[in-house]
Amino acid sequence: MRFNHTYGPLSADVILQTTNLSKRYRKRWAVRNLNLEVHRGDIFGFLGPNGAGKSTTIRMLLSLIKPTAGDVHLFGRSLHTERNHALKSVGGIVEKPDFYLYLSAYRNLEIVGALNGGTSRERILEVLGLVGLGQRVSDTVKTYSHGMKQRLGIAQALLSDPELVVLDEPTNGLDPQGMKEIRDLIHHLSHDRKKTIFLSSHLLNEVELVANRMAIINKGELVTQGEVKKLLEEGEKYVLLLGKPKKKLLEVLGKQLYATHIREIDDGFEVAMPFDLVPKLNRAMVRNHVEVQAMIPRRSLEDFFLSITENESKA
Amino acid sequence: MIRLIYFELLKTFLKKRTYIGFAIILLIVPLIEVAMKLEGGRFLQATTRSLQQDFFFVGNLFNGWLVSYNMMNSLWVHIPLLVSFVAGDMLAGEATAGTYRLILIRPVSRTRILLSKYVTTVLYTLIFVFFLGALSIGMALPLLGRGDLVVFNRGILILPEADVAWRFIVAYGLAAWMMLTIASLSFFLSSFVENAIGPIVGTMGVLIVSLVVLTIPVELFESIRPYLFMYYTNVWQKVFMDPVPWTAIGNDALVLGGYSAAFLGATWFIFVRKDIVS
Repeated sequence: MRFNHTYGPLSADVILQTTNLSKRYRKRWAVRNLNLEVHRGDIFGFLGPNGAGKSTTIRMLLSLIKPTAGDVHLFGRSLHTERNHALKSVGGIVEKPDFYLYLSAYRNLEIVGALNGGTSRERILEVLGLVGLGQRVSDTVKTYSHGMKQRLGIAQALLSDPELVVLDEPTNGLDPQGMKEIRDLIHHLSHDRKKTIFLSSHLLNEVELVANRMAIINKGELVTQGEVKKLLEEGEKYVLLLGKPKKKLLEVLGKQLYATHIREIDDGFEVAMPFDLVPKLNRAMVRNHVEVQAMIPRRSLEDFFLSITENESKA
Repeated sequence: MIRLIYFELLKTFLKKRTYIGFAIILLIVPLIEVAMKLEGGRFLQATTRSLQQDFFFVGNLFNGWLVSYNMMNSLWVHIPLLVSFVAGDMLAGEATAGTYRLILIRPVSRTRILLSKYVTTVLYTLIFVFFLGALSIGMALPLLGRGDLVVFNRGILILPEADVAWRFIVAYGLAAWMMLTIASLSFFLSSFVENAIGPIVGTMGVLIVSLVVLTIPVELFESIRPYLFMYYTNVWQKVFMDPVPWTAIGNDALVLGGYSAAFLGATWFIFVRKDIVS
């Protein structure tokens, strides 16, 4: 499945734009001709299966890797020609946040602050408080749990009060409670602090819960980008149907003209159909004495993501 | 820039590995000097045995200056290893810890970050060499007494005590200058790898190969020697000659400085182009 991409001219609201961004390692293209646009105020989900090129892209956005071709513009400034200016209003975490383990959280942020051009003690304490580490500022980072390091990673990303925050898989390795805390923090940063968030994740439900726009990348190439709601509308809608007897259930399904595609799964069927006809299907089942155990509309980003990445792989 | 250097110094001097070299020096120097004290003049007798048939040696020739001088000679093989512990970790240590991803996404150029790290390497090397000198002389003089300095270098030269102290100061300055070249080599090797073991082993490898080329009397090696920086590392010994060959010392120091600059330049060339993929 291919989607048409539309790229308008760089407007004042586009604060991150990649133009034909490409990276090649020997003969393999890790990222190829990637054109992304992130608007001011977006929570931009950046999705892709493992090895799709997400981390390589983020490393190029933050100047850890030099592109083979193309460029990144941050706030209208080229990363290639105006690197330091372009990065002034950007904070980020790349993969897992690593720190000087033998130093305290405070000292680590002091070092990051010095590299940002200087940060006050009050600001360091403020961001540590914001991520819930206010009571552990003097402890060495080696005593921190994974979740605390992750939060410290967000604190360092926010230290310079950047307008754009790039978060590379921030919930990776966290327990459900930790994931929820990070999700809440992202909401807080976006809605209360007016930050633009560029969020990569392989946890698709996480992105669906927070992002308003997204892009999907596969094998280094852009599959689609746009508003999450619109993209979901473009995706096929399935109803997961469980019931018995299975043979009778299939017979009834076969008579429903709106059920355009039926696929057998372990315990039942996946039926492609409009969601507003689910009650009608339910009535038909009851009339024909089928015991319906579950009828679950599925239109999640995960289905959408899986369907297009599967198609991409087959292609 | 000063702020960057301050935090590099902070990172370096709050790291335990920085003190390994100091701890080893604190162990070795007193050990050697106490052993010398206990052995008494046997050391001097052994080295002057052939001369004693023709000369009378008068006064306290086995003294703190002589022991310090000999210690300078004997420790220069080991000191580069200790210096490379820190110099080799400067860049590779960031890669090992994953902290390149923390520092290289900031609005500050890689050149400035590299320079702050190099200045820290220079300061560490200077502190380390002067610590060795201060400990060696500061402990030897009270323990073994003072007197004229006997130097055995293609013959025997006795330098009056009044003429010795300044020579040690200049010699340690030149030794530090020479050690900076070795630290620069480690720093350069550190830019390639993601583990500090590589630069340490690499530095020692270069030194060992150089020493082999410098010491084995083969004609082919003789033509190579002037191109090895190790050929110039005995520059500090020339300060104990009479008269002092200042022109030769200046030339040697210049060559060593050139090597240091070349290593730094090569490091910069690699570092600003390096893709951080780990």
